[in-house]
Amino acid sequence: MSNVLVFLALLLCGWFFGRRAEKRHYKSIIERELEFNALPAIASRIPPADAAYDQQLVAGSTVVSSDYFKSITAAMINIFGGEVKPFEALIDRARRESILRMKAEAKAVGADMVFNIKMETSQIAAGRTGAIEVLAYGTALIPRNTVKFSNTNAAMSV
Amino acid sequence: MLLSNLEILPGKRVEKHLGLVQGSSVRSKHAGRDFLSGIKNIFGGELTAYTELLHDSREQATERMTEQAKSIGANAVLNIRFSTSSIAAGAAEIYVYGTAVVLVDE
Repeated sequence: MSNVLVFLALLLCGWFFGRRAEKRHYKSIIERELEFNALPAIASRIPPADAAYDQQLVAGSTVVSSDYFKSITAAMINIFGGEVKPFEALIDRARRESILRMKAEAKAVGADMVFNIKMETSQIAAGRTGAIEVLAYGTALIPRNTVKFSNTNAAMSV
Repeated sequence: MLLSNLEILPGKRVEKHLGLVQGSSVRSKHAGRDFLSGIKNIFGGELTAYTELLHDSREQATERMTEQAKSIGANAVLNIRFSTSSIAAGAAEIYVYGTAVVLVDE
């Protein structure tokens, strides 16, 4: 009996906290994605040759954990087969977060865009409930000898 | 040392190919951190300890690769790829490899 109670308590904890964490995470992801829209990540291998750029490797990584509720639901879905929605959201969050972190690093070095972005996903074995790690990396292209727009504006207004 | 995962860089020419260079790093957190992460597995959310771990491993692997490239006289590593794998519970491996080259300005 107590076993069942513990199980139900864990399930409830997982459902409540997991859902709350996911909602918060998605909210912050969407906010930051809008902010970083000006800095595109491009999957092309060939950089533009029209301007001089400095390059730097940038990367971002995230390890995100499943919750108890997700793990149990996924295990149930596994029996009947079909789309494992709980894990889709999990991996989507991890990917988008990694890209955002990569972009943040690119922005910090003054890049205009990130080229040849690659993703690497793997599972961290931490018991039967899973955690996944996602690594996103690419080459940041930093414009060389360019005057920042804010500076020119300041010069014009003087 | 210029690191890039592109094969062609605008305004630069590859003068000499020096072959593959690589670096890897395996790290793990202490048992206490693993235990806490296990608890986090109930509630969900980001495992900050492992994110840090991954970040440190990546830096170290890249550093090892850079060292190797430097020792054979390269000034850049192109076409870099990362590869990650979990070796055991709580331990992560990061492997990074690329082509060491001598780049000159065009």
